[in-house]
Amino acid sequence: MSIKIALAGNPNCGKTTLFNALTGSNQFVGNWPGVTVEKKEGKLKGDKEVIIMDLPGIYSLSPYTLEEVVARNYLISERPDAILNIVDGTNIERNLYLSTQLMELGIPVIMAVNMIDVLEKTGEKIHIDKLSKRLGCEVVEISALKGTKTMEAAQKAVELAKRKNANIPVHEFTPEAEAVIQAVEEKLGLDIPVEQKRFFAIKLLEKDEKIQSQMKTVPDVSKEIKQMEEEFDDDTESIITNERYVFISSIINECCTKNKTKKLNTSDKIDQIVTNRWLAIPIFAAIMFIVYYVSVTTVGTWATDWANDGVFGDGWNLFGIEAVHVPGVPALIEAGLTAIGCADWLQGLILDGIVAGVGAVLGFVPQMLVLFIFLAFLEACGYMARVAFIMDRIFRKFGLSGKSFIPMLIGSGCGVPGIMASRTIENDRDRKMTIMTTTFIPCGAKLPIIALIAGALFNGAWWVAPSAYFVGIAAIICSGIILKKTKMFSGDPAPFVMELPAYHMPTVGNILRSMWERGYSFIKKAGTIILLSTIVLWFLMSFGFVDGQFRMLDTLELNDSILAAAGGAIAWIFKPLGWGNWKFAVAAVTGLIAKENVVGTFGVLFGFAEVADNGSEIWGSLAQSLTMVSAYSFLVFNLLCAPCFAAMGAIKREMNNAKWFWFAVGYQTLLAYVAALCVYQIGNLITTGSFGLGTVVAFLLIIGFVYLLVRQSGTNKVSNVEVKKVANAK
Amino acid sequence: MKTLKETACGETVRVKKLTGEGPVKRRIMDMGITKGVDIFVRKVAPLGDPVEVTVRGYELSLRKADAEMIEVE
Repeated sequence: MSIKIALAGNPNCGKTTLFNALTGSNQFVGNWPGVTVEKKEGKLKGDKEVIIMDLPGIYSLSPYTLEEVVARNYLISERPDAILNIVDGTNIERNLYLSTQLMELGIPVIMAVNMIDVLEKTGEKIHIDKLSKRLGCEVVEISALKGTKTMEAAQKAVELAKRKNANIPVHEFTPEAEAVIQAVEEKLGLDIPVEQKRFFAIKLLEKDEKIQSQMKTVPDVSKEIKQMEEEFDDDTESIITNERYVFISSIINECCTKNKTKKLNTSDKIDQIVTNRWLAIPIFAAIMFIVYYVSVTTVGTWATDWANDGVFGDGWNLFGIEAVHVPGVPALIEAGLTAIGCADWLQGLILDGIVAGVGAVLGFVPQMLVLFIFLAFLEACGYMARVAFIMDRIFRKFGLSGKSFIPMLIGSGCGVPGIMASRTIENDRDRKMTIMTTTFIPCGAKLPIIALIAGALFNGAWWVAPSAYFVGIAAIICSGIILKKTKMFSGDPAPFVMELPAYHMPTVGNILRSMWERGYSFIKKAGTIILLSTIVLWFLMSFGFVDGQFRMLDTLELNDSILAAAGGAIAWIFKPLGWGNWKFAVAAVTGLIAKENVVGTFGVLFGFAEVADNGSEIWGSLAQSLTMVSAYSFLVFNLLCAPCFAAMGAIKREMNNAKWFWFAVGYQTLLAYVAALCVYQIGNLITTGSFGLGTVVAFLLIIGFVYLLVRQSGTNKVSNVEVKKVANAK
Repeated sequence: MKTLKETACGETVRVKKLTGEGPVKRRIMDMGITKGVDIFVRKVAPLGDPVEVTVRGYELSLRKADAEMIEVE
């Protein structure tokens, strides 16, 4: 028989640190509210029979946030053998609020007052004997970070679980409130155990529909609710909340001695500077610059180049010494395959398909690890919450979070870590919106496409590159506004009521653990979905019919590949965009492996074996087959459409839901198509004066787009029907 | 009627009543802003919103739109 112990507590109370200390598991610790979104399990060190369950950090057992519902569903239906309630000793008043709710569940509870080391420093004291008496549960003092008495707390929880003594809540509300609760308890059915009666009675009074739906019989308590609401002149939910805090206020002075001298501590001093009215934004900009500069332009680029061109390329020199040349993975594998006399096609599949494809993706890993170190540091030290505080005003207008700034900034270097950086956004909707829009920002791999188009058609005009960024930003803003109003993102606005945790120096172990956990989840993805996609695309590119014979092709024979045939078949789709030639369709598809492939593919298709980064060899050929307008349309499409497989893998990983993944990728591609179509059709109208069906469609699309932008949010069915009509009319 | 939104920086006020309803109100109350509690307005974000307050011994940030629901004196 195993014993289950649930760790419950507020976000940011050191719960995850304690979990790691008790289980030795790889669990990330952050310093912003809501770091644990999933519940995680681990076995207690030294006692494999005891399972520790890490619940999401929550402030309350209300039905309104995902984390709270997850945690309380677990507590109510799974009924762990004991709850270890972790309480931040430096913030005890608000932490006890959740405790009063946990006590009512009828599960044995033990309380661990954490951060006792910090309390000692500030000269505050918590009288655990008094606290224990007033709350009716055992209380221990611990320091999860220093490891003080953590095992002792766990052992006590195990003993408590073995005794199976249900917790009887001893805290009391005002006599008037207690009378009403008593009356409701008496109405409850016999299926509810005595020790849980108070919990269900209170939830019924709070009109908690989620709990009601879980009860077999729901007694009618409308009379009690009415009586209570009249008596207190408020709604029952607020009355109960109030009662809890009144109780806490009544015991707080007795249970802890606070340091009366209101001296500013180090955290306050730091905060005075970094969120200062005038200094906050310059400091923020400076920090972002450092993060970007190190993780994207300098160390990140070296790391990526080393991984892409060295490890997964021609090899590299150890410590830069030419004599110590380490061959790249492809060379090593090639040598191995040749040695065992491997068939040509298999060698091609392994080298050009798998190694090249997965290598292109894994090449991003070193850069991501560098970025993740920064993100982990910013999160763990408490600055990330301030980022949201500083940037909230701008981003919430587009349905994004203040924290969306970081994914987008990183996304301008590479979309993959950008998408992964969205992890730091705790609100589910904001996070999804950020994941969907981050790749609109032109990443480093899209720069060759921009350079190609600018060079071939626009004589290298200065404005092409900035305009690409402008298109990306406009796409983000418009998407935010439009999506915010759709059903998938609508609903109650998430209140931005956020704790700003005290600053503290994170431990090296925590940061490295966070870095590795995030990096590893991406590597795993590269081994599955990305691997499969690259193999399929390699096959389509390397095989085809030549003179009626199906065979493997040489690199320069891409014209004859299945992909080329497929490109020819789908080229008509892109006709309204001005580049309905199969070569462009194929180039756009190969861009899915990596965006810079678009340039290389053009090279092959126009008969050049090797082209420069900006494809200057093919500028002439390209200029012949495109006009300025259709070239820009091609550029816009490639900037906005579904990103490369690596980024799609990251989207899949972060969405963690197939439906949302396809919605995101589908939306991006649709938006890209619509935008490119409007660019081509209207651009054509302006430059050549040609007016046709396409122009009409473009104008209709723009009207529809503007309508989606300006319509009222929380739309009723009528307007949805109208949208459908518009869509059908097209 | 004065609300938390109109309270100046550096001022300490006492909560009189919470208007509004549903998740937002519950969330604000869950965080410890209940009738009779003292709130110290610490600072306003550089762009003018949200605000940072000290309540029950910790720092909390909330938007002005939500602060408007908190009647103070």
